[in-house]
Amino acid sequence: MAKVEAGLRYSESHEWVRVEDGIAVIGVTDFAQKEMGDITYVDMPEEGDEVVKGEEFGALESVKASSDLYSPVSGKVVEVNTGLEDAPEAVNADAFAAWIIKVEMSDPSELDDLMDAEAYKAATE
Amino acid sequence: MKYYNELIFELSRKGRTGYSLPVNRFPAAEGLPEGLCRQSAPELPEVSEPDVVRHYTNLSQMNFGVDTGFYPLGSCTMKYNPKINEEIAAMPSFAGLHPLMHAGLTKGALEVYKGLNRALAEITGMYTFTFDPCAGAHGELTGLMIMRQYHMQRGDYGRRKVIVPDSAHGTNPASAAVCGLEVVEVKSLPDGRVDVDALKELLDDTVAGMMMTNPNTLGLFENRIGEIASLVHKCGGLMYYDGANMNPLMGVVRPGDMGFDIMHLNLHKTFSTPHGGGGPGSGPVGVAKKLEDCLGEIRVSGFHGNFGVILRAYAYILMLGRQNLAKVGEYSVLAANYVKECLKDVYKLPIDGPCKHEFVFDGLLDDGAREGVPGATTLDVAKRLLDYGFHAPTIYFPLLFHQALMIEPTETESKETLDRFIEVMRKIAAEAASDPAMLHDAPHSTPVSRPDETAAARNPILRYVMS
Amino acid sequence: MAQSAYFPHTEEDVQAMLERIGVKDIDQLYADVPARYFRKHACKLPDALSEQEVRDFFTSLGSMDPKMKVFVGYGAYDHYTPSVIPYITSRSEFLTAYTPYQCEISQGTLRYIFEYQSMVCSLTGMDVSNASLYDGPTAAAEAMMMCIACTRKKTRVLLSEGLLPHVIAVVETYARFHGVEIGHVPVMGGRTCPNCLRAELSKGDVAGVIMPQINRFGLIEDHSGYAETIHASGALMVEYCDPSALAVLKTPGEWGADIAVGDGQPLGIPLCYGGPYLGFMAVRKDYMRKMPGRIVGQTVDKEGRRAFVLTLQAREQHIRREKATSNICSNESLMALWVTVYMSLMGPGGLREVNKLSYDGAHYLKEQLLSTGKFEDPFPGKPFLKEFVLKPREFPGLMQRNLEQAGYFAALETPEGYVNFCVTEKRTREEVDALVKIVREA
Repeated sequence: MAKVEAGLRYSESHEWVRVEDGIAVIGVTDFAQKEMGDITYVDMPEEGDEVVKGEEFGALESVKASSDLYSPVSGKVVEVNTGLEDAPEAVNADAFAAWIIKVEMSDPSELDDLMDAEAYKAATE
Repeated sequence: MKYYNELIFELSRKGRTGYSLPVNRFPAAEGLPEGLCRQSAPELPEVSEPDVVRHYTNLSQMNFGVDTGFYPLGSCTMKYNPKINEEIAAMPSFAGLHPLMHAGLTKGALEVYKGLNRALAEITGMYTFTFDPCAGAHGELTGLMIMRQYHMQRGDYGRRKVIVPDSAHGTNPASAAVCGLEVVEVKSLPDGRVDVDALKELLDDTVAGMMMTNPNTLGLFENRIGEIASLVHKCGGLMYYDGANMNPLMGVVRPGDMGFDIMHLNLHKTFSTPHGGGGPGSGPVGVAKKLEDCLGEIRVSGFHGNFGVILRAYAYILMLGRQNLAKVGEYSVLAANYVKECLKDVYKLPIDGPCKHEFVFDGLLDDGAREGVPGATTLDVAKRLLDYGFHAPTIYFPLLFHQALMIEPTETESKETLDRFIEVMRKIAAEAASDPAMLHDAPHSTPVSRPDETAAARNPILRYVMS
Repeated sequence: MAQSAYFPHTEEDVQAMLERIGVKDIDQLYADVPARYFRKHACKLPDALSEQEVRDFFTSLGSMDPKMKVFVGYGAYDHYTPSVIPYITSRSEFLTAYTPYQCEISQGTLRYIFEYQSMVCSLTGMDVSNASLYDGPTAAAEAMMMCIACTRKKTRVLLSEGLLPHVIAVVETYARFHGVEIGHVPVMGGRTCPNCLRAELSKGDVAGVIMPQINRFGLIEDHSGYAETIHASGALMVEYCDPSALAVLKTPGEWGADIAVGDGQPLGIPLCYGGPYLGFMAVRKDYMRKMPGRIVGQTVDKEGRRAFVLTLQAREQHIRREKATSNICSNESLMALWVTVYMSLMGPGGLREVNKLSYDGAHYLKEQLLSTGKFEDPFPGKPFLKEFVLKPREFPGLMQRNLEQAGYFAALETPEGYVNFCVTEKRTREEVDALVKIVREA
């Protein structure tokens, strides 16, 4: 069973968002990492890049697959988890600890379109 | 096969040489300015000629080729590679031709191109071929460029979509994207053929054309091809034939007659030239007469394509002649159907009925899964085949089936070889049912066991560094 | 007529197989093919020939043309092929294998590709090489697309006009369809003009610049400071180079390039009317995940033994499909083996000698040709290695015909009205002297 953390917002494309001091911290769900298997690389944007809700901002790679990451919110990337460059396995170890990017949201109301933990859990069961 | 662990760099000893060059009898010219020269010599091995010969001979012995044994790799047409072809490709009179020599100095080579062009046009029903593309994917890209060029020359700039069936080779969408076309996927019906009604929905004046392989990647003949071609033509699009699966149609059916306007052939598949561990191949592109003018605008390789491969393919056609060319298709279809019928009671055959040169199983009927032990997968079956001295089929392609196992036996395999393969496949099915765990660990008798691919991708070591 | 030697089927075999399938004849297996396409065309190909007849046929085609001593380069170089190479590359285990999908029975292929990658990195001074591309010009085209993929949202690539015409033609073809705008940087004073380059870069939107290390006039370009200029505008620097010459010349890595590409042909691959050759590409580590083509990596098997696999596959067409940077799958693997064996035999010393022989021969030839008074030197004092161009004072037709009749392929005309000469280690002093004599007397 994949873990779903309470209190976060979830997208249909399996990203989670945690809001910390008005900044959206974004990662992928435990469900997504389980589907991918051993993650070998996380392709991430650069600090300062703009991301748009529903559009690609990077990708997860495994040996035999590549899965695009879609931004759950729009805004500017203010920080990238560079630690994942050398240790992509951190996403497998704990998907909710291994955040990928932090985004300064241009429209926080976009969060309302995302699922809560209960809804996401139901969607992935 | 036995494990051999050297790299050529590890055999290197300072001062050893493996070359023989003439004495320099030219006056020594003034040297190059320091600023244009490299700081230190390249890190290349210093080895003797016998070192080199033994090293690469040892490496070759960890390899499996068509000459080693049965190689039923689906969609790759691993047929026997005749040896006369090699002799001809190595003839000094051809090997010594500089690509920029004018026609007066290359009459022989030009005859080869002319002769092969005529033969391929005859076999496929196309008007003429360009031989510039160096591989199948390269041919696909060239063919799509011709497709776009055709529309642009007519001032029809809005056609940017190319329709591709969901069973298509992975290169189709990639080639389309490189060519600046947008890929639109059309679904297959439960019988594995293109859903013509779904296709109708997609057709409009933004469609540049449709790419198809026929038989498709499931080895099934698209029997509504006539209707499909006329629908696509009616909306102003062109039909592209992916020739990767041409083998079963050789001498029997011609893509040109089915309404295709552009096609590529893989000379290294259908026309017996060796695959060389992944090239050199050759992917000539044939076009209908109305597209002839588009060829001149497109330059996809440096000179005249892979002449050495083109020579081999021509020799093959001359060796076979009219009568035997038709047998290629027939025997490849006979072999595939025979293997399929002999195995379909132990492997899952998702779509029954006659196949062409290849067919796809969707894994084992009984994978042996039980409490605490996962069942044997297609990967396990493939790896276990290596233990029995066979190359594995293509696995996990096409993507329509989760456990796809795609088998293409070709016309150059004897009934005895096919029977041995069938026997082994049945044995593996029995092993899976009784002891799937043993298959998870296969292969057991190859020079190396399953390598850690995750580690390779996470911490890439992509070159040797001499210490 | 006997059945082809390539088909093992006896009549009994065919009957037994048909019976097992449950059909009367092979045509029944084509029952799903509409009748309007099935066996409708009466094939007009000739009857089968015997092996001897096929050999005779090609021998007679081959004898239509005179054997020439090659004194032209321009992208294809007549270097010597040691006899070991065809001997090794014709081993069935290498020749008749396909792409190493099943790594456990493809360690031979995987190992030589790993060696090849290592050697290409060392020659170019770059970090990561792929397993090969089709040829030099397509490698340049792939580099052009890679520049676009690496720089995001930039849509222009600049080409030096010093690149060989066929390289430019191929890159332009790819660019036209890929939606990339091409800008040109002229050659001034024998090298890609730095001021023009700066002017083009200042127009903005440049993803990459492709420049020749040895340009179409045979001149070795000095690229000091180019990397800084190019990087300052956020573009990538691509060097198109001759890998044989890289054994002595400053490497793309040393010039500060991000991508090195070129044709592997000078590494002992026969001219063979233009192919098969191989394209090579090596890049800085930052860009390896955008590199097209197969890449082999080192790892261990379950027992901890060193093993090699295809790796970083998530870049490739079979996984990324329409999002892949390139559509390449099969490359020129056997030619990668060819040049790997070549580089192993030659080593650093042999390659240095090949360059020295070619260099001295070419400089001697140029001096002798100038002494005939029939040419002007368009680039006096500019450094070159094994090929150079001269400007004939008269229409070169007669001279070319005389050379040809004597068995020399030389003095190839270029679009600028120059003639190209090239000397490799295969050319002897006697041949050079004889060539000069013909020119002098023409």
